[in-house]
Amino acid sequence: MARSHKPIVWSLFAAGGTFAAFITPVMIFISGLALALGVLPAEALAYERMVTLLDNPIGKGVAFLVVFLPAWHAAHRLRITAHDFGIRADGLVMAVCYGLASVATVLTVFALFRL
Amino acid sequence: MSRRPFVRTVSTTTWWLAQPRYIRYMAREVSCILIGAYSGLVVVGLLRLSQGAAAWTGFTDALQTPLSVGFHLLALAFALYHTTTWFNVTPKAMPLQFGEFQVPGSIIIAAHYAGWLIVSALFLFLSGV
Repeated sequence: MARSHKPIVWSLFAAGGTFAAFITPVMIFISGLALALGVLPAEALAYERMVTLLDNPIGKGVAFLVVFLPAWHAAHRLRITAHDFGIRADGLVMAVCYGLASVATVLTVFALFRL
Repeated sequence: MSRRPFVRTVSTTTWWLAQPRYIRYMAREVSCILIGAYSGLVVVGLLRLSQGAAAWTGFTDALQTPLSVGFHLLALAFALYHTTTWFNVTPKAMPLQFGEFQVPGSIIIAAHYAGWLIVSALFLFLSGV
């Protein structure tokens, strides 16, 4: 029987969807609204504080998951949704969606290692 | 003489505009575009952070522009829709059973919302709100 990549992408979709459901709203609120609307003090996201938060294995691990899981969830759902919008070139759609998620994953690892 | 077969013409691109519940389904699916775009924004943020203090300050300044706030508001709306639709199907996605006892779906959903509040409060506490 031909091997399928479906279990891998589907488990990433499920894990990513759960992770995104729990953390993405509050992340968006902190990065995009709390700071701009003055709910957060300006020094909350100051450089030194962010580096302290991320320059340890736990911080790096959380930061990696915050990008990696929702990105692969979004990639898989976008691939499936493209079909609902009448796009039938699944090979191309798959390459674009999983390609973007791969680039995001590699860049995140790169940034976290350079920190 | 054969009858001409009945072919229902359904648009492959605009079928979902036909009914409100199809539109709600598409809104749920399209939430992934905003969630993906936000992941991209976090990647940019991490790259800027790794480039030093000046690059990071430029990034946090950009986060406070009206364009950024507009994007975040849209992303938040879709992210909240993703959260509620995701939690509301959890009893179907992972039903819980202990022996003969089937855990009611309402309890599974409520547990997710409770966990969500705790995780959100923790993130807000860590960020200093």
